[in-house]
Formats: sequence, structure tokens, C-alpha cells
Amino acid sequence: MISTVTKIAYCSDTQCKYRKDIDVQKLLINALDLLGLSEKIALVETECLISCLDGPSIMFLPGGRVYQVSTTENFTEILRDLITAAEHSTSFNYNISAKNTKIPHITDIDFFGRQELIVLRNRGHIDAESIEEYIAHDGYQALYKALAAMSPEEVIEEIKKSGLRGRGGAGFPTGRKWEEARKYTDSPKYVICNGDEGDPGAFMDRSIMESDPHAVLEGMIICGHATGSNQGYIYVRAEYPLAIQMLQNAIDTARDRGLLGRNIMGSGFDFDIKIYPGAGAFVCGESTALMYSIEGRRGMPRVKPPRSTESGLWGKPTCLNNVETFANVARIIINGSDWFKSIGTENSTGTKVFSLTGAVKNVGLVEVPMGTNLQTILFDIGGGIRGNGTFKAVQLGGPSGGCLTNEHLTIPVTFDSLQKEGAMMGSGGIVVMDDTNCMVDVARFFTQFCVDESCGKCVPCRTGLKVMLEILEKIIIGEGEPSDIEKLEFLANHVAKTAHCGLGQAAPNPVLSTLRYFRHEYEAHIYEKRCPALVCTNLIRFEVDEDKCKRCGVCARVCPANAITWAKGGIPVIDKEKCIKCKSCIRACKFRAIF
Amino acid sequence: MSGKELEDIKQSYIEDRKAEARQGMVNVVVHMGTCGISAGARDVLDALVTELGKLDLANIRLKTTGCAGLCSMEPMITIEPPDHSPVRYGNLNAKKAVEVFYSHALGGRIKTEYAISAGFERPQKRLAGE
Repeated sequence: MISTVTKIAYCSDTQCKYRKDIDVQKLLINALDLLGLSEKIALVETECLISCLDGPSIMFLPGGRVYQVSTTENFTEILRDLITAAEHSTSFNYNISAKNTKIPHITDIDFFGRQELIVLRNRGHIDAESIEEYIAHDGYQALYKALAAMSPEEVIEEIKKSGLRGRGGAGFPTGRKWEEARKYTDSPKYVICNGDEGDPGAFMDRSIMESDPHAVLEGMIICGHATGSNQGYIYVRAEYPLAIQMLQNAIDTARDRGLLGRNIMGSGFDFDIKIYPGAGAFVCGESTALMYSIEGRRGMPRVKPPRSTESGLWGKPTCLNNVETFANVARIIINGSDWFKSIGTENSTGTKVFSLTGAVKNVGLVEVPMGTNLQTILFDIGGGIRGNGTFKAVQLGGPSGGCLTNEHLTIPVTFDSLQKEGAMMGSGGIVVMDDTNCMVDVARFFTQFCVDESCGKCVPCRTGLKVMLEILEKIIIGEGEPSDIEKLEFLANHVAKTAHCGLGQAAPNPVLSTLRYFRHEYEAHIYEKRCPALVCTNLIRFEVDEDKCKRCGVCARVCPANAITWAKGGIPVIDKEKCIKCKSCIRACKFRAIF
Repeated sequence: MSGKELEDIKQSYIEDRKAEARQGMVNVVVHMGTCGISAGARDVLDALVTELGKLDLANIRLKTTGCAGLCSMEPMITIEPPDHSPVRYGNLNAKKAVEVFYSHALGGRIKTEYAISAGFERPQKRLAGE
């Protein structure tokens, strides 16, 4: 008997391995021996192949036919028939086709189906390390078009007409920036990609750089062509080692293929890209500080003007854009500005990538047309609040952003509409908070972050934020005074008006926006010495509300300090001497009966 | 690289994939973004490499990509068989991934317990020429 079956895999899961009635290994060895196939067919132990209710399963390889051994009788004959059958089946033996199963199509799942992908179009689909896959998905076509058929002015005009605005947060029109950079004749000129994504809760740029690095490179090379630059830098924070690895690999393979370096695609245009890993300072995401950092100087923002397009890196004209902005460029060149303008709103065209995180069910990357409202992003795509909490607020734009509440859910998310409400789009981090988040604590967290990251150049940011943080900490431990709210507000407004750079000017936003929408929480902390969300440990009494308590005793069971005594059907009693204030009971109580 | 070379790379890539599909090539895609790795995608990949090492099959390609978008369901893998649309699995660990591998990639039975979705994520709605 000649066999093309080379291997038989059999289930060696505990359940099958220790079955008393069927020893599949022994059966197979015997049968193969009798058939004279022991030499030709190897046996392989595997994990469970299918649910082995009827008996251990065996799989014929190649091909993958599976058979469940339910009896030891006539096994040799059965095996012989099976091997013959496996040989005649040329392809896979699919028992169920994808159409007949109950698995929803990916576009029927709200998380995926309600998104519109431009920047993330290749996500989860192409191998970031394979330039061929990128090219096969229309990669570098835009570069070819721009170099072969478009003058730099035409490229700039196309980008201008598309209405593309900087995705890093400020929303400056990209085409205008490129035009500015082209205007200055000083050389060399530089193109910089800002991949120093520092906002807590933001991970869009990381994901783009990791999963589609060539899209970023292509945008940068086109920008080089448009602005007349021959050297690009990608500034990536060192906390993103995988992104750096993927980008470096992309740069190397693009160079090997003649897509970077001298005379790109025979056009006579030279351009090369270097990666500059940042050392992890938040302020280096500010464009001028970033350039200082590349120059080897201390990362501190400088006074503008002159703008970077006039005098940037090493005093030369520099065009700096965000990762996501560059990733949009190739699509605009290929599909045209009219196509891009047809997506989004009039003044905010195209899509925006958001990183959705916090108390939401579906954590992940969301790309939606500009103008989509928060309701859609949080509840349709995000799947609503995780667990049994209720929606409280959403922090947009990291520490520089502000929080928005229920009443803002229907506002279309664009650059301009968010500014009106005291928040900003920022780079696109969305942190969702439910009723277990204390807004004073949230304000303290972001202020602490900005204090840590302040470069120290100007007094309002260096000292003003510190004083704000001290007041917040005082409120949180229960020593807040009635005048503190006014003091905070005064300081916050002052810092916002007087700080030197974007970091300082935006740093009071979390305090100002939580004061605007959650003033009552501040008041509860100060006047009633109570934290409504039960977060601030000093303001929790650790007592049981007899009306709310359902007498289930779960709190007593989870208490690691044995501080809760509970008899069946009774109200638990917390021994405050023993209590270590770990809040396990509060987290465990579904009825929020401990306060 | 000229425009023609670009087109050649694209066409030969597409032809290669078609030829592979005719021979029954199954792509096993592990989503290895930072989010995936932190959730255990490296263990998943290692386990699959181990299983493939045991089997020495020519019709399975193990491939890695970046984040597939739904970070809270990582680690995820996608099985792309030659004759029907890809199926994405989520909330896996090494053991579950190996189960999916045997059941779907080798045996052709979709492991419905762990499957999230079938089909390709819609590319751009208004791409030129579509």
C-alpha cells in the first residue's frame, strides 16, 4: 500500500490519554504495524483536536481529515479505509462552511462594522515586515504618482484641497504647512514625523507605526518631494521598541528597493529617513522641544515665531507632522482630494483614529469619519460601559484635554466643536469613566502627570501646576477648605493664560473641565468630607448602609483582614480597628451599600 | 524601482497567493501588536511554532501582523483558509490557539466557541474603482 499520508496526529489530552477502553496510541501502533506502514507514517501527539465525546480523535496529515475512534473493533480495517479515503480527498474536508455557521460577519459587528478605515486599512491584515505585501495593497503607488506625474506644487495643492488637518491635536491645515515649508529656500530642509505619543491612554500612533510602517514612510517621502527636502527624521519614543523595530525594518527594505535613498524611482529625487528614539519626555511631543531633542539639546519649547517651517531643526526650514497625518497622505494622492473631502465634515475632513480605553467594553482602535458623535463611538462601537457601571464622563485628548459628560454625547466630534466645549480632540485618546471614577482624583492624576512632565522653563507651569496639585491632594485627603475651589479656578485660569507652551497652557484643562461639570463632587469632598465615587480612601467611612444592604455577606468573604463580621441574614459589621482600607468590600458589593 | 516594477511586484504577489490557495495553503495569522504581545500573543505564537515543528506541513503559513483593532480581545488569531472567508478568533491563550489551529487550520472545522467574526474587515468604502 503506497501512502501519501505522512503523519497521523492523535489527541493526547488528559481525557483521551487516560481512557480505559481505548488506548489510541497502542491501537495506532499496532494497526500501522499490521498494514506495514510504520515506517511511512509517523505518529504525532497533539492537543485536543475536536471535543472528544465519542472517543479520541485522530487526524490524517497532510489534509486534516479527522476521525473519532469510538470502538477498538476492526480498527486496522477502518484505519486502512481511512488512509485510502484521506488520499483521495484532494483538499480540505470542511464539515461546516463559514456561511452556514452562526459566526457573525465582521461588518455586522458594531465594533468593526461602524468604522471607516483609511489610515488603518491594512490593520490585522498585512505583515508589517513585508514590503511586498504593502506594495500588493497599493503601497507606494501614491509615491510613484507624485514623483512621476505631479509637481511639488500640485502635490501641495491636492493636500490643501483635501482639507487634511494635523492629526496630532492642533488641527493646523497640513497643505498650508507644506506650502510654508516649500516657500523658504534655505537648505537643507527637513521633514519630521512626530511619533512621540505621550498622552496617557493614547496608542493610535504606536499601532499605525507597528502595523503599517510603510504608510508613514510613503507619506514622509511625498512630503519631502513637496517641500523640497532630502532628509526625514522619525521621532519615536523609546517606550515603543516594537514600533522602532518595524519602522527600521521598513526603512531598510524600502532603501533596498530604491524607494529611499538616491534617485527614488528614477525621478532624480533623493530622500532618506532616520529614526530618532526619544528619551521619554512628554514635552518632547511639542514640536520645538522635539527638534531641540534631536539636536542633542535639552528638550524645551522655544518662543515662536519663527515657525519651524521657517527655522526649525538646526535653524533650517522643517516640516513636522504627526504619524497619522502622514499615513493619510498616500490615500489622498491616490484617490484625490474630492474623495477625501467627501468623508467627514466641511472643516474637518477625512477620518480620525481614536484609541478607546477605560471603563468601556471594547477597548481598541477606532477609526471613524470626522463628525461622528461620542454616542456612536462609546456605545455603538465601544459597546457601552463595562460591567454594571453607568457612564459618567469621558476624557478626550489626554492631560491636555478636558472631560465631557452625558450632555455632550450628541456633539459631532470635530476639531472646532470640541474646543467650544472646553475639550480638545488632542491626538485622539479617549478615556471612558464610569461612576466608580472620582473626578477630583482624575483631575489630580492628570495634574500630577503634567507636574512630572513639566520641563521647568516657565514659572506658571513649573510652580503653578505644583500648587494646584497640592490643593487637589489636600481635598482628596479630606483637608479641603471652602476657599480651595476658587483658588484652584484662579490658578488654573492663570496657568492657562500665561504658560509658555502647549503643555502648560492645556495642563489646567482637566481641573477646569471637572470643575465645570462636576463641581458638586469637589463640594462633597470639601464640605461633606465625602467622596461620592468611593475612591478617596480618607473620605470613606467604611460603614454599612442598612437600607441598601441585601445581607448577602460577600463583603465579609472578600475582606483580607477579617475585619467584617457577618451572620447569615444579618447586617455585616466592619471593625475599624482591623480594617486596612483596601476597599475590597466596596469593589465586591454590588449594591454600593458600603460608604 | 520603476512604476512597472511596482506593478510587477503587486501582480506576482497576487498570483503567488492565488497559486497557494489552489494548493490549499492556510494562513494562520497571529496579531502581534504591543497590545497583543502584552496579552500573551508571544505565547500563542510560540505554541503554534511548536505544533508546526511537530507536523512539518507545507500547506500552513504562520504569519504575524500588527494590532487588529480590538485590543480587549487580544490575543487574537485569524485563520485564512483558501476556500472560504477568514475567521477571527479572540480571547485566546496558547492552549486555545492550538485547539483552533488543529480544529480549523488543519481540520477545517470552525471553532465556534472562540470565533469572533468571519470575513474581511471592510476596506475603505469609497476607494477608487470599487
